[in-house]
Amino acid sequence: MISRRRFIGSLGVGAGGLLLSGCDRLNRSESFRGVLRSSEGLTMRAQRLITDRNTLAREFPESDLSPIFRSNGTSMPESPAYQALIPNGFADWRLAVDGLVQRPLSLSLAQLRAMPTRTQVTRHDCVEGWSAIGKWHGVPLKTVLEAAGLRDKTRYIVFHCADYYGAYPYYESIDLVDAFHPQTILAWGMNNRLLDVPHGAPLRLRVERQLGYKHAKYLMRVQAVDSLAGVYRGKGGYWEDSTDYAWYAGI
Amino acid sequence: MSASNAATLPEQRKVGAGPTDRRLVLRHQLPTRIWHWVNALVVFVMLMSGLMIFNAHPRLYWGSYGANYDKAWLVVGSTPATGFLEVAGVRINTTGVLGRWIDRRGVVVRRAFPYWATIPSSYNLAAGRRWHLAFAWLLALGLPFFWSVSLLNGHLQSDLAPRRDELSPRHIWDDIKDHARLRFPTGQAALRYNILQKLSYVGVVFLVLPLLVLTGLTMSPAVDTAWPWLPDLFGGRQSARSIHFILATLTTLFILVHLVMVVLAGPINEVRSMITGRFRIPQPPVGEEGQ
Repeated sequence: MISRRRFIGSLGVGAGGLLLSGCDRLNRSESFRGVLRSSEGLTMRAQRLITDRNTLAREFPESDLSPIFRSNGTSMPESPAYQALIPNGFADWRLAVDGLVQRPLSLSLAQLRAMPTRTQVTRHDCVEGWSAIGKWHGVPLKTVLEAAGLRDKTRYIVFHCADYYGAYPYYESIDLVDAFHPQTILAWGMNNRLLDVPHGAPLRLRVERQLGYKHAKYLMRVQAVDSLAGVYRGKGGYWEDSTDYAWYAGI
Repeated sequence: MSASNAATLPEQRKVGAGPTDRRLVLRHQLPTRIWHWVNALVVFVMLMSGLMIFNAHPRLYWGSYGANYDKAWLVVGSTPATGFLEVAGVRINTTGVLGRWIDRRGVVVRRAFPYWATIPSSYNLAAGRRWHLAFAWLLALGLPFFWSVSLLNGHLQSDLAPRRDELSPRHIWDDIKDHARLRFPTGQAALRYNILQKLSYVGVVFLVLPLLVLTGLTMSPAVDTAWPWLPDLFGGRQSARSIHFILATLTTLFILVHLVMVVLAGPINEVRSMITGRFRIPQPPVGEEGQ
């Protein structure tokens, strides 16, 4: 006869094991993941409902700057084409602005820096859980998009980057609510200096109401599209395509 | 404990349980039972998927910012041969459980929480977040549901709210002694929550769980934009993340004590009362009548 204690103990272990393998099995089920994923839309609608489209993310005093703002993801893009741009300070780099626009643009760093500049001290929240406060200098994306003239069909702005993860380049996308937000800038400077390579030189996106992986670094091309379906693997970003990160990264 | 301070539960009036009644009485109303079991599932998923998210950055900070170069008050980490937990500078060896452990295939893994504590069981931040942020809706919506139903059906006023005399230090001390001696109430008294139960249930339902939801929301850059009072309330996003983790630890402790008490108090009767609502009134042992 097994003792009551052992019986209860084995029930506990058995229930725990069932729970674990059950959760793993559910996690592999595409339909269950579809149910989980449906909450992303709910979250996005709820957050948009409580936030005016122009409400600013908090801006901090300079005394709150992180002593060291760690870099994350790529710290040096491997492509020779990118690395060839570094020696003369990205003077040969150009940002392409194209897709569904009236006037495709090719902008140099000097041209972008000559445009109106917004400076903001904001908190960068990584999907992993850490936060760092930095000071960013850049041109509002809205200014660039208005210079190019978006066509009416445009629904998303896609950011193509110079860094690769294996065969795939990094990219990200946002919708027009975030693209025209006053704090959404194409940043060429950080903490009173030009952007360094680990933090995304020569140009990166700041989209302050979303998590860090949306803030694409090493920008090469800004593309206006009416759908994300045709862009790489269709989910709107490198991590969204490869590991099922949420496209809407407001939480 | 005397029978004179027995509050009359709405359930008792319906069933008419007397002091020596051996019949089953209605102990838990349907909304309470539904919320209990939905929450049992939801809280388990939240805790385990939360530990997966924690594993992505197993360091906790105070203030608005905090990353690898900043001072952490809690770190789960590893050396090549050991795993450790470091709290306020004090390092505890946790090899095999935290920081460095062996997975189901016998492979050494250097991550904070082990496979058996996380959803999913192998490292996957994206999936952990999918689970956590979907089930968070059930937790967040379940709370106001339970609060309002409990207010309307009287559960809150008659069962959960401590009475003034129960809050006297002497009464609380007597109840602590009863718990320490594993002396459980019988007869009518078994139909009421004792003061330690009331305080822990009220604490979890009205303090710990709502604060878990609020500190969770404070980690959202979008919610912080809409409701900047939230990071102010908790002292910054990283403080909110720390408080979130502490509250999750308290919730885990509550569940452990709760399960132990259910087993000690008679698991079949207790679990049945939470499934069907029916509870058999425990009788005092012969010779202890009226104690």
